[in-house]
Amino acid sequence: MIDLIIEKIEKMEKKHQKKETVRSSVVLKVYRANRRARESAHYDSIEVPVERWTTVLDALLYAKAYKDSSIGIRYSCRMASCGSCGMKINGIPRLACYTKVSELEGSTITVEPLTNFPHMRDLVTDFSQFFAHHRDVQPYIQNEEADIKDKAKLSEFMQTPEDLDKFLQFSYCIKCGLCYSACPTVATDTKFPGPQALSQAYRYFIDNRDAGGKERINIVDDRHGIWRCHFAGSCSSVCPKGVDPALGIQLLRGHLLGFSKNEKKVADLQERLKKD
Amino acid sequence: MAMLRESQIMKIHYITGIAALFVVAAHILMRLIMPYNLSLEYDNVIANYHNMPYVVLLESILVLIAIHGFNGLRIILLELRQSKAWEDGVTVLTIVAMMAVIAYGTRTIIVANGLGFE
Repeated sequence: MIDLIIEKIEKMEKKHQKKETVRSSVVLKVYRANRRARESAHYDSIEVPVERWTTVLDALLYAKAYKDSSIGIRYSCRMASCGSCGMKINGIPRLACYTKVSELEGSTITVEPLTNFPHMRDLVTDFSQFFAHHRDVQPYIQNEEADIKDKAKLSEFMQTPEDLDKFLQFSYCIKCGLCYSACPTVATDTKFPGPQALSQAYRYFIDNRDAGGKERINIVDDRHGIWRCHFAGSCSSVCPKGVDPALGIQLLRGHLLGFSKNEKKVADLQERLKKD
Repeated sequence: MAMLRESQIMKIHYITGIAALFVVAAHILMRLIMPYNLSLEYDNVIANYHNMPYVVLLESILVLIAIHGFNGLRIILLELRQSKAWEDGVTVLTIVAMMAVIAYGTRTIIVANGLGFE
């Protein structure tokens, strides 16, 4: 039995190795533009040495440290937790710190700023509109029963594992903006909240500790709201944390159309019946 | 401006879309009860308009497709620009166009049927 498992693991490793291409160096084709300095957009090609474990962010930081210190780039944690280093790598929105050079095809890697965001400089984009959409859906628990000023009233909001499962995957969102960049609706409709905000609306809507569902629904049930999603699914395919925003949007639509049973209402009714 | 919530409009959109599939299928099947070219001859077409269940079917196709189609057009136009004036203008225009198409189509059905003209 153990031999079989080891054999399987070895096979999987071999498969994985085939996908990786070991190179000693790559050429980074970096998008450069600075509107304030009236610099026109162009690409700079910079050759950087790489190892098997080098990420695109490592390669960019090497280029910034040893080749051209003026490259504009935003990053922080280097471990796919902060969501700062989102950029288009070979045309696909990805986190630079989470993309290994060896996983990419070709010896030239094109890095560009995220689309659907106002451009600032080089690889840096403005997230103000994205965060405004996120704020608009009220991404926090609203519960009148919780009086945070009165410590005596503070108590735990008990949840079962089943309750948690309903929203857990959506709470892994790191607000990196990759889904927003990949969304075809956002590209044409700037008022559309985008997959991130809509999936967060669902995340709090379905949380049984939250009582602000109605208000949140009123916000997303708008001309430019949840119904403008074309269900392209590109948001889910680019998410580096495995969140499925398209699923969240469809589930929330189901609730709006009355297809999904409102478990909160059912729970309320059951509680009332118990009290009676 | 908004008399209906977007979710209510979309419910109507989906229901009319699904219902249109059935009535259009029935309409196409009616062409198959005789050779296709015969079914489109003048006398047969007029006979169709005098058949009351068929008239109801035609009117329902007209209403369902007009509602579904013009709402679809409204959605497409809404995504082109984002301003209150544009959104309200598009909504009013599509409603007026939808009503005009339904009115003209209904008139055609009434005239062909001969209702009120015989």
